[in-house]
Amino acid sequence: MKTKRKVGINGYAGYVPRYRITPKEIGEVWGKDGEMMAKGLNVESKSVPSPDEDVISISIQAAKWATERAGLTGDDIGAIYVGSESHPYAVKPTATIVAASIGATPYLTAADYEFACKAGTAAIQTGMGLVASGMLENTMAIGADTSQGAPGDALEYSAAAGGAAFIIGKDDLIAEIHHTCSFTTDTPDFWRREGQKYPSHGGRFTGQPAYFKHITGCTECIFEETDTGPDDYDYAVFHQPNGKFPLKVAKKLGFSKEQVLPGLLVTRIGNTYSGSAPLGLAATLDHADPGDRILVTSYGSGAGSDSFDIVVTDRIEEIRHKVPTIEEVIEDHVFISYSRYAKFREKIDIGAW
Amino acid sequence: MNIPRLWREIRQRYQGIGVECEPCGRVYFPPREVCPHCRRGSIGNLNEYELGGKGKVVTYTQVHEPMEDYKMMVPYIMVIVEMDEDVRMTGQLVDVEYEDVEPGMEVEVTIRRLGEESPSGIIYYGYKFRPTR
Repeated sequence: MKTKRKVGINGYAGYVPRYRITPKEIGEVWGKDGEMMAKGLNVESKSVPSPDEDVISISIQAAKWATERAGLTGDDIGAIYVGSESHPYAVKPTATIVAASIGATPYLTAADYEFACKAGTAAIQTGMGLVASGMLENTMAIGADTSQGAPGDALEYSAAAGGAAFIIGKDDLIAEIHHTCSFTTDTPDFWRREGQKYPSHGGRFTGQPAYFKHITGCTECIFEETDTGPDDYDYAVFHQPNGKFPLKVAKKLGFSKEQVLPGLLVTRIGNTYSGSAPLGLAATLDHADPGDRILVTSYGSGAGSDSFDIVVTDRIEEIRHKVPTIEEVIEDHVFISYSRYAKFREKIDIGAW
Repeated sequence: MNIPRLWREIRQRYQGIGVECEPCGRVYFPPREVCPHCRRGSIGNLNEYELGGKGKVVTYTQVHEPMEDYKMMVPYIMVIVEMDEDVRMTGQLVDVEYEDVEPGMEVEVTIRRLGEESPSGIIYYGYKFRPTR
């Protein structure tokens, strides 16, 4: 999918909660070899939101910083779409609260998106359409999650929290989005039924027919439509459910480890679900030079992928240090025990207070 | 907190919107109807003013006996902050250990969950503070 008019990113930022827990600490509680689990997943630690953090507070922080970095105000934003699978409300949009917090209300359109871990990149595509069609000057797309794994489940070792916001516009771009592509099928690899606290998954089925098939299919689609290959890109960002899958899919597609590492955050912060590929892109933008070309392919269970062909402009240098970079955000962290984690994540039933 | 009050205070809680007295330039947060210095002269001359969100710790304490909504955060830190606009605000200080807090420490506003009406009720969001990044 190519837009007829120039469209791209004019502001971005990410936020990750300060607390971390290690797989070793989790494994000790459930009688598993946590260190082996960490090695198997290639995840050293995962982020944990404090009790006063959720998708709304994470989105607000990312949105505020993205707006500040772009030099815009809330009045400049005509649409906000927030992609997540852990919206605090089942009915009442996260997007309206984010809009109010950056002063974007009332003249804007807003909605919440859900497509497992790729809802944030779907929001970017929607924004591209609105801007490229001339309907709006700037839109905001956010991908954020405070994902949960059931206690003792394999997901508990990696399910983390964080998010990133992107302002999609046509002026003062720090990166142009040249092309986007999607690859979507009905694949039952991971889901959460209405009213259920924790998600369910198909175990090993989440690999080959799900993650790998969709990321490969979507990336090959954008290669074909843009007549490019792995060597044409300086960096590549893939969805990061663990530290192994993105490196494996990168290798399969012909990318080197060096192209992937600047955006590979999962090893230190865990799987941030809808925040995963967006945070990876934000970290890569923090790292990139003008003229660098970035390939992004997200993945959302259920299942689908979105790919983007992005080229960084000279303006990146001007705005990069206006707000904290992803590296600066994740640098400030504190490790906590499983008991504190259980308290933070409401895994302790305290009954009536 | 009832729903109409929550709704009325959204702009001050999420964005730090106070007022500035046009005759004397003083800033008030939360917003006032009348400037106590200019009194009658301020009526109709108090304009909306958005705080910059940055300030310094004046004093602080650690709370061990929490209010209902803060029970999962015990012990937690409360601070009085002198904002850059010479306005003092009270709030929770997060993302820092008590031992590392000191008067004069630079802090900034962060929007967090303040509590909820009930598990099926409205969730309250608003300002807290954390060390300036």
